[in-house]
Amino acid sequence: MATTALFFVFAGLAIACALSTVYHRNPLYSAVSLIGVFISLSCIYVTLAAPFIAAVQILIYAGAIMGLVIFVIMLLNLDEDKPYRKLHYLYALGGFLGIVLLAQTFFVFFAVKRSPHTPVNVDETVGKTLNIGANMYTEYLLPVEIVGVLLLMAIIGGVILVRRLSQPELTLIVDNELERRNEADEKDDYRIAL
Amino acid sequence: MEPSLASYLALSGILFAIGATGVIFKRNAIGMFMCIELMLNAVNLTFVAFSRHYADVTGQLFVFMVMSVAAAEAAVGLGIIIAFFRNRVSVDVDDASVLKN
Repeated sequence: MATTALFFVFAGLAIACALSTVYHRNPLYSAVSLIGVFISLSCIYVTLAAPFIAAVQILIYAGAIMGLVIFVIMLLNLDEDKPYRKLHYLYALGGFLGIVLLAQTFFVFFAVKRSPHTPVNVDETVGKTLNIGANMYTEYLLPVEIVGVLLLMAIIGGVILVRRLSQPELTLIVDNELERRNEADEKDDYRIAL
Repeated sequence: MEPSLASYLALSGILFAIGATGVIFKRNAIGMFMCIELMLNAVNLTFVAFSRHYADVTGQLFVFMVMSVAAAEAAVGLGIIIAFFRNRVSVDVDDASVLKN
């Protein structure tokens, strides 16, 4: 009973925070709302008897990834998202997509609810860290190695992407940009900051 | 008593729908990135729910893989956003039009 109550509390919190993430135009408010989603999901993982995943969710998502996102938001000094968009049909498309996905969700909900399948041998120890580690380094060793290589590639890619450009490269980029803007005769000169 | 598997799947589907709609509504690259993270989390919830339902640890290992890929994606994606900001002084995806001509 307590599990059900906790599930509904955290599910409501997760959905509210997710809506707030999409609703807010200021990226920093979105980021803080998204951290709320991650923490609610972490609590739901605890009720699902997955303590390792719950801890990793807080450490990696709420800690590492959102820390990085917030640093980038502060570094780029972003202002609020502009409400106007040239492609108005995208709003209709987005609303339509959302409704279709929700309809599918409720279809799955009722289909699964009516299926006679009962859980096989619900075991409390399946999500223990010891069990996960034992499986990770025996049966799933190759995927773990591949993930290691992937992370190395991500490190190298990140360093190459954000490295400081040399002066000739930077001058070339700025010249190209100025030329492009002169050709296009754009009005928003105020954005030329480089 | 515990909530049924269907409840977890419904929550996951609702979060995924919100994320997918957000990717289309947001103009700013960082906002889109955060909505993608939201969708990844919805899928993770499905994995953990099924892992509990079948008492099988594979689902939780896949969540671990998804998190690693999300971390790699965060590093590279935010690097791309910074490089884009350097060239265009904006993170608005409508300004990513270099290939247009």
